[in-house]
Amino acid sequence: MKDSKPPSQKPPGKQGGLNTEIQSRIGHQLRAMYDDVVRQGVPDRFADLIRQLDSQEAATQIAGDPPKDGRD
Amino acid sequence: MPLTDSLRDDILATVPSLRAFAISLSGNADRADDLVQETLLRALAHIDSFQPGSNLPAWLFTILRNLFRSDYRKRRREVEDADGSYAKTLKSQPAQSAHLEFEEFRGALEKLPQDQREALILVGASGFSYEDAAAICGCAVGTIKSRVNRARSKLSALLYVDGAEDFGPDNTIRAVIGGGGG
Repeated sequence: MKDSKPPSQKPPGKQGGLNTEIQSRIGHQLRAMYDDVVRQGVPDRFADLIRQLDSQEAATQIAGDPPKDGRD
Repeated sequence: MPLTDSLRDDILATVPSLRAFAISLSGNADRADDLVQETLLRALAHIDSFQPGSNLPAWLFTILRNLFRSDYRKRRREVEDADGSYAKTLKSQPAQSAHLEFEEFRGALEKLPQDQREALILVGASGFSYEDAAAICGCAVGTIKSRVNRARSKLSALLYVDGAEDFGPDNTIRAVIGGGGG
């Protein structure tokens, strides 16, 4: 911990760093941007992909082959 | 562990936030979906290495983040999302002023160093704890905390240059007009 600077050095109201109001605004925008995408749910593309791989997996296991790494 | 039905459902349930993370990292919707696809393929190929009961989203995010990193090193961001292909992925277009502000925010986010951007997104948007974010990024908890703090100060400097007193729509538009070069 540094003790060299007294905390009162910062001018009140306008410090060089983080204003709480700005910080909450940034947090809000960040989540808004993120949640816009989250709300789109699972595109068919990915649901299909998992289903496909799932049945491949089942087929592989029935055939008795060990699953291959990195197949696509 | 083997891919059980419930594990498969859990993976699918993580897809929306994986996409959001990928878009925030790459700034490009198409590339983000490719990243997610690759993540799913890799996760399923290595599903044996997933520890039952451990944090599945964190595991998937780690895979995606590492893929993005290696991809990034290779291609060095040759594709910028100049025409806003991200915005086209939104179901409802936001109102004009909100849209401007939104674009400005995204632009500022892209200017952050990658380390800081991913830390901020993981903690501030994905809702991971500092500990989980540190595990995902393979660094110390203190490192994540300082990255998040630096990301926040840099964003506020980029977005609200004039400081605290009067930010708002007017200020935002002034910033867009005045500082839109890049």
